[in-house]
Amino acid sequence: MTGELATAQKTALLVLGCPQVPVQTSIALYLINRLKKAGITPVVAGNKAANTLLVVADTDRHYLGEVMDLDRAVAMISDKKRDFDLCFVFIHNDAGVSYAATMGAISKAKLSALVYGEHYEDQLKKIDFPCTTIAAKAVHNPLPLKKALDEVKPWDA
Amino acid sequence: MGCVESMNYEIVMRDATFKESRDYIKAHFKESVDVQPGFKVFDIHVIGLPPIAIGLDGDAVVFPFTKPCHGTFLLRIEDKEEAARLRAGKK
Repeated sequence: MTGELATAQKTALLVLGCPQVPVQTSIALYLINRLKKAGITPVVAGNKAANTLLVVADTDRHYLGEVMDLDRAVAMISDKKRDFDLCFVFIHNDAGVSYAATMGAISKAKLSALVYGEHYEDQLKKIDFPCTTIAAKAVHNPLPLKKALDEVKPWDA
Repeated sequence: MGCVESMNYEIVMRDATFKESRDYIKAHFKESVDVQPGFKVFDIHVIGLPPIAIGLDGDAVVFPFTKPCHGTFLLRIEDKEEAARLRAGKK
C-alpha cells in the first residue's frame, strides 16, 4: 500500500434541507470552507433549489466541489456504492430529522445534526438516534449557528 | 417526485410529520411491515426514523414519501407484485 492510499483524504457529505430558512446557504458555504482548510473533501447533496442557491452564489466554485441530487445520494449510500467519513445534516423541520435518522442508519459516517430555525428546540426533541447535535436559534442571522459550529469544530475530528 | 410521478398513486396524508405517518399506518391497517431507512419500496428508498411502517391493504402498498420542503406524504399504490414482495419479506 502506498503512502498516498494510507492517508486518503477524508470526505464529508453535507445534506441540505429545504432552503426556506436563509442561514442554511451561508452556513453550508462556511462549513465547506472550514472542511476544505482541514483537508476534508466536502460533497453537497440537496434538492434542486438548495443546490442552485449554492451554485449561483459560488459561480466560480471557490468553495463548492461536487454537488449532487439528494435522492441520488441516498440511493448510492443505501446501495453501498458510496459512503463518507463525516455527514452533516441541516435540520429545521421534521423532514430534516427524517433525513438525519436515515443517514445514521444507512451510512457509516460520523453524523452531525445542524439544527436551526425558529422552532429548533422542537426538532431537537425528535432526535433520539446517535449523533453530535450543533444547534442554535438562527433564522436570518447565521452567527449563532456559526458560533455553535465553531465550539464543536467538527472539522478537527 | 421523480419516478413516483409516473405511478398511479393516491395521497393518503400530506404535509405530515414522520411520526404522524407511522401512527396512521399502525392505526388504520391491520397488516404492516417495519423496514429500515433506505429500504426500497418500488424504486424509492424510504426516508425516516427506524422502524419505518409500511401498510398493506390487499394489493395496495401504503408508504411514507419524504421531501425536504414538503414533509412526509403517505402514498397508496395498488401493485400486486410489490405487495407480495413485501409480505414475503415479512418476519
